[in-house]
Amino acid sequence: MSTKEYRTAVEARGGLLVMKHTPGVAFGDRVSIEDHSGGVRNGQVIRSSNEEVLILVFEGVDDLDLENTWVRFLDAPVEIALSPELLGREFNGLGEPRDGRPPVLSSLRRAVGGSAINPAARTYPREFIQTGISTIDGLNSLVRGQKLPIFTGSGLPHNRLAAQIVRQARLKNEDASFSIVFAAMGVSYADAKFFRDEFASSGVLRNVVMFINLADDPPVERLTLPRTALTAAEYLAYDLDRHVLVVMTDMTYYAEALREVATSKGDVPARKGYPGYLYSDLAEIYERCGRIHHRHGSITMMPVVSMPSDDITHPIPDLTGYITEGQIVLSRELDNQGIYPPVHISPSLSRLMKDGIGKDDTREDHPRVAAQLYALYARALETRNLASIIGADELSSHDRRYLTFADAFDRRFVGQGENEERSIEATLDLAWELMSIFPKDGLTRVSEADIAKHYRELDEEQASSLGGGPASGVTTAVQSHSRRKRRTGSGAQPSGGG
Amino acid sequence: MSEPQRIGVVRDINGPIVTIELPGIRHGEQVKIGELGLFGEVISLSGDRAVVQTYESTDGVRPGEPAEGLGWPLSVELGPGLMGGIFDGVQRPLEKIALQSGDYIRRGINVASLDRDRKWAFEPNRDLAPGEKIGPGKVLGTVQETETVLHRILVPPGVHGELEEVAPAGEYDIEEIIARVRGASGRSQELRMYHRWPVRTPRPYLRRDDGVAPLITGQRVIDTFFPQLKGGKGAVPGPFGAGKTVVQQQIARWSNADIVIYVGCGERGNELVDVLETFPKLEDPYTGRSLMERTLLVANTSNMPVVAREASVYVGITMAEYYRDMGYDVVVLADSTSRWAEALREVSGRLGQMPVEEGYPAYLASRLAAVYERAGRVETHGAGSGSVTLIGAVSPPGGDFSEPVTSHTKDIIETFWALSKELADARHYPSIDWVTSFSGHVHTAAHWWHENVDSNWENRRREALALLARDAELSRIVNLVGPEALSSAQRWDLEGAALIKEGVLQQSALDEIDTFCSPDKQFALLDLALMIYDQGAELVKRGVPVQELQRLPLLSRVRRIKSLYSSEQLDDIETFRDEVEQTLENLRQEYAKHEEQA
Repeated sequence: MSTKEYRTAVEARGGLLVMKHTPGVAFGDRVSIEDHSGGVRNGQVIRSSNEEVLILVFEGVDDLDLENTWVRFLDAPVEIALSPELLGREFNGLGEPRDGRPPVLSSLRRAVGGSAINPAARTYPREFIQTGISTIDGLNSLVRGQKLPIFTGSGLPHNRLAAQIVRQARLKNEDASFSIVFAAMGVSYADAKFFRDEFASSGVLRNVVMFINLADDPPVERLTLPRTALTAAEYLAYDLDRHVLVVMTDMTYYAEALREVATSKGDVPARKGYPGYLYSDLAEIYERCGRIHHRHGSITMMPVVSMPSDDITHPIPDLTGYITEGQIVLSRELDNQGIYPPVHISPSLSRLMKDGIGKDDTREDHPRVAAQLYALYARALETRNLASIIGADELSSHDRRYLTFADAFDRRFVGQGENEERSIEATLDLAWELMSIFPKDGLTRVSEADIAKHYRELDEEQASSLGGGPASGVTTAVQSHSRRKRRTGSGAQPSGGG
Repeated sequence: MSEPQRIGVVRDINGPIVTIELPGIRHGEQVKIGELGLFGEVISLSGDRAVVQTYESTDGVRPGEPAEGLGWPLSVELGPGLMGGIFDGVQRPLEKIALQSGDYIRRGINVASLDRDRKWAFEPNRDLAPGEKIGPGKVLGTVQETETVLHRILVPPGVHGELEEVAPAGEYDIEEIIARVRGASGRSQELRMYHRWPVRTPRPYLRRDDGVAPLITGQRVIDTFFPQLKGGKGAVPGPFGAGKTVVQQQIARWSNADIVIYVGCGERGNELVDVLETFPKLEDPYTGRSLMERTLLVANTSNMPVVAREASVYVGITMAEYYRDMGYDVVVLADSTSRWAEALREVSGRLGQMPVEEGYPAYLASRLAAVYERAGRVETHGAGSGSVTLIGAVSPPGGDFSEPVTSHTKDIIETFWALSKELADARHYPSIDWVTSFSGHVHTAAHWWHENVDSNWENRRREALALLARDAELSRIVNLVGPEALSSAQRWDLEGAALIKEGVLQQSALDEIDTFCSPDKQFALLDLALMIYDQGAELVKRGVPVQELQRLPLLSRVRRIKSLYSSEQLDDIETFRDEVEQTLENLRQEYAKHEEQA
């Protein structure tokens, strides 16, 4: 470790410190900065030449004065100490304890930057994880080693959903539970407390590592926090053979911190002021999840991404969607109707579902049931739009079935209790019950064998009672996206039909 | 390559962009940076200083470390041993790297692209005689590279002269000399089974030809509605979740090309693994052999260094041109060109170049055009005609097709398969939107279809598209005032369009039978749906209520035919067709009776 200290800072702005005359500094090195009051800050070299070195200061540059700032280059990358003692602890973005207990001591230290997994060393994820939530298990199944973000908006119950998944996630036919790595960036104290209490009350605290940067902590630290957390996750997964579930909240604050630093560095902005490398940067984080040949452990990732103004085309959710293997999208309209979890299935997707479900993994009819439900729901939303324009009474009896279905689907399939854990069989049986609203001929995505095995014949009365009466069909309404844009003002609740 | 190697000094490190001081270095030259020996490429020169983009992370590099100019531009090794392999963006073999450096890619690792130890059974070209004048493209001999691919060893571009000798049949590794040629200067040149070629230079050919035959992909919406030619260039734009990757993978699986090169450019690691794990097990429908025997992967996943991502597309195309020169039809799938363009943007941003649209550099359009222009059907120097078909996925931010990469791409390509979020949300796959997609090859493809499948193809295709267009218009009315406002004929139009959508356009990549559909079956299904529509329209005109027709159970069966009968069971489809015709005929007679009675 170098003992040389420099006092040649010439500029401080937006989380960056510029040094002159500090030759031979390695790019990416860790830096220790002592300010005028003796406080020590951490930094990292992000540009280096003999004439000038640019340092990113994780604690920010507030209150620094250039005359009285001593800088030491530590000749090592930003690292974290790794040991099984991590479990049950709480750290900041640099791996320093936040829980008032001593730092973790270990001879094993790893750079948090990580390196790219060789694609040839990966194994395709295909083990179904049962979360006990119908919309996920049945229609957007999660598999071990997948990265599946929750796209949400402010005020939606994404934290409750994430906590429920953490509580309930397990492999079918296997008892082993997940180790949790929880990474919080820029969240409020209340949100962090919610998770801490959740972990404590469900008794998994001994199995959780928390990395926390609150809303009022220095934003620059958010840039290393997910990397630190994932280095810990990789250690748990590949050194200790555990199955790790990484919950990261909220990636939007991470990207905002990145933009803040990029702007002060003078990077050319691409979209909405975010730097052109936002995609590569996010990918470096998300792609650290997966499964590797001959390694027992795995990393499954569930980032929470809030969509600014509920806009799914905003650069952060947009680029995230291009990297992750699908997304679970929460809907404000469902939430307003008190439906929990308010998962809007139309834009939701799991790309790895196809190989994790079916005969050997869940149940033979699962893939086709999922396709059928999607097709019916898409048509049902169209019908609901139509009903809100011309009135439910004007619909044919055939179309009214779709209203009944939409209503029953939202209420019974999407909606479930916060502590309700549905097995995949229960989810699929429920799906068939709802599909039985339609005559057999209307179900073209399922096979004839599926129908013979699972379809239940209903008479008109039963069918309508499933949906709680045809009239209520209009009152609970998720409008499909395209439609909603056209109609303004009145919102999703026109006066109830007949 | 005979120039002496020169050593300079690293001056400035800014992420992947490194400034070095090295007098005499050339633009485009390969450079080894620092103690670790990271590879990079000179992208600009100013006095003695050169700006280098490195293909690997520069963490830990210091100013003052050495930088070595290697004397040649970014090139790839071309020879037997490429097929079935998986390479990174600068053609390093990932499987061998895994053996050497474990699960993560260590920096500065240097593994030759082609296996030096492997012996290949070389069969010389019997028609060659010593003393013969030969030039580039002449076939020196062949090597059975995989069961499916016969690798022709060609005289590399730039070599002319008198053949001195060709090695006899036998087992050789790629470093052994298999031929000697005496050039005009009288100097003898030694030829091996491989040579190097700079990736940014298109490989030479005799002349360009027009495309003549469609690329059959086994996907109905592509082959029947928006056909691509062998040697054509196309784009698949779509927002995330619309199914770009599945469309690309389906083409890689089922197209009737000789060679498929899949360039995973800045995409997901798990998707490449999916290809790696499933392709060896899948059977090529044309040869019956494993698909991997004719497939080659270039993988630069999104978390791998961004500069190598920019290179990966050129690496893929250069290898494609090499196989084209042997007389093969090659398909290159680039997933995704947006990531490639973003890599350009990232580098130009770091160089402080003036951005034009959305931060992209001014040269985006010309670079894109130059890449796509490397596709085409050509007369090769010595092996007849070969082609490179280039199909690029485009990932427009927010699904907005007016953004720079999509709009510039649209200007260059001939086939445009636009994916729609609305269709994908309703799980209508492949979600290729029939309204916004286009193909400039319909007329040429029609020749082939008329000769090989049915002379009615072009008419039927046009009728189907017209019906779908009417459907789009009527749907707008229905959405405003409800279906009651439509006439019976119009409601039957909607039903007919639904038949085409569900019975023809929709195709499940996951369904064992439906995943591939032969041209004959494609036409049979289309013709069946249209026949029902035509006859139904006739009946509606005669006063048969639309509801009566909608109630026919055969309508739901028509939608299932595609996954009930495989491409070999055309007879069963024919039988079903007869059955349908009979049912409709009965209905007609019944109504004719009613009419008489009335």
